[in-house]
Amino acid sequence: MSQRVAVIDYQSGNLASAARGLALAATRQGLEVEVFITADPDELRRADRIVLPGQGAFADCAKGLESISGLKAALEERVAQGAPFLGICVGMQLMAQRGLEYGTTPGFGWVRGEIARMQVGAERLPHMGWNELRFEPGSHKLLDGLKPGDHAYFVHSYALSGGRPDEILATTDYAGDVVAMVASGNRAGTQFHAEKSQEVGLTILGNFLTWTP
Amino acid sequence: MLKLRVIPCLDVKDGRVVKGVNFVSLRDAGDPVEQAALYDKAGADELTFLDITASSDNRDTILDVVHRTAEKVFLPLTVGGGIRQVADMRRLLLAGADKCSVNSAAISRPELINEAAEKFGSQCVVVAIDARQSAPGKWEVYSHGGRKATGIDVLDWARQMQARGAGEILLTSMDRDGTGKGFDQELLKAVCGAVRLPVVASGGVGELRHFVEGAQAGATGLLAASVFHFGQFTVAQVKEALGAAGLPVRLPRAI
Repeated sequence: MSQRVAVIDYQSGNLASAARGLALAATRQGLEVEVFITADPDELRRADRIVLPGQGAFADCAKGLESISGLKAALEERVAQGAPFLGICVGMQLMAQRGLEYGTTPGFGWVRGEIARMQVGAERLPHMGWNELRFEPGSHKLLDGLKPGDHAYFVHSYALSGGRPDEILATTDYAGDVVAMVASGNRAGTQFHAEKSQEVGLTILGNFLTWTP
Repeated sequence: MLKLRVIPCLDVKDGRVVKGVNFVSLRDAGDPVEQAALYDKAGADELTFLDITASSDNRDTILDVVHRTAEKVFLPLTVGGGIRQVADMRRLLLAGADKCSVNSAAISRPELINEAAEKFGSQCVVVAIDARQSAPGKWEVYSHGGRKATGIDVLDWARQMQARGAGEILLTSMDRDGTGKGFDQELLKAVCGAVRLPVVASGGVGELRHFVEGAQAGATGLLAASVFHFGQFTVAQVKEALGAAGLPVRLPRAI
């Protein structure tokens, strides 16, 4: 039976790329997947898997989600029922307890920690470009087919701080350890743009589609 | 470690590539989508489309190009040229662009950068600066494709754009553009020292060592058009040269 994968539309950035990446990853694996972009709480309740992209500031994205009546509640409800969830970039950041960009804003609290401005020395911000992933091979389904040292595309100035080691799947190095992927139960997220990370990103999106947490 | 970005730039006019690689393998060398897919396979780290469509009637042709490219290429895509307002940026982002590069419109109305950064986030907002040397150690901002002097100092302008929310500076030396003499390293060093943002160097590359010099001057992105289009260098050769100089590059992924 075809699975329904919802990409949540809350007026944030480039949703089309995430949807196309998921569709291509599905085709490659011969999966029957219907990817749809939606802001409708009822449609979200019928989704088998949920992807939350996000670009821009934490506070704006959190506000964007809340501005659509019933959307956030439907998302929380469906995820609590066990639907696999993938947050991308700010979508991943929203999984934290709170964000500190433009004031303190609560997140979903699905993983421990807060989204704080990255501490850098001489490095430039945003952290923009391709950086290496570091992780324990075999530690999570989403990492299947990847090797430590594979590159992913990052664009961000804020990152997860104070996370639980067992919720951090992968890190990268930019003036020290930066959280690159998190997971807790049926909820996972990538700080980098999986939908813009060529083969590495498509592999992760494909893994998400067959992930049974 | 964060890698340097090698960024081929395609000039697009009325939806067609103006200068492009003329490979026999291409069905249609004028199709920006085919060119983009080629650079994607060749290991480019990002792609930039510069829309040089003159007539406003044909402005929307770039949207179709972006849309079709984003369907095929899972690589960050920047689009510049002809962006006047936030609504133009929104259309490009919805079509599949990841970043919008603004030049003249920011000069006529600098608040555009604040509005864009607030609406889409700084990571989407690239400010393109066309610079020409006016005195030793001084550069002036030019607008309208480098045709109009503005009287604005490049370093002041870069700082102002950073303060207004730009996420990246695309810096083109008008003195070097098209000369093949290499990036203007003095200019690059000055701008990289003036802002904390990533700076993409553009204009003047003619030899492989020029890419190395651009990175050594502080640029984290290296953009070039002609040397790639006319097949002078491949992206792989550029990365090899950077790597040989001890600079960090992303090499093709071994499967």
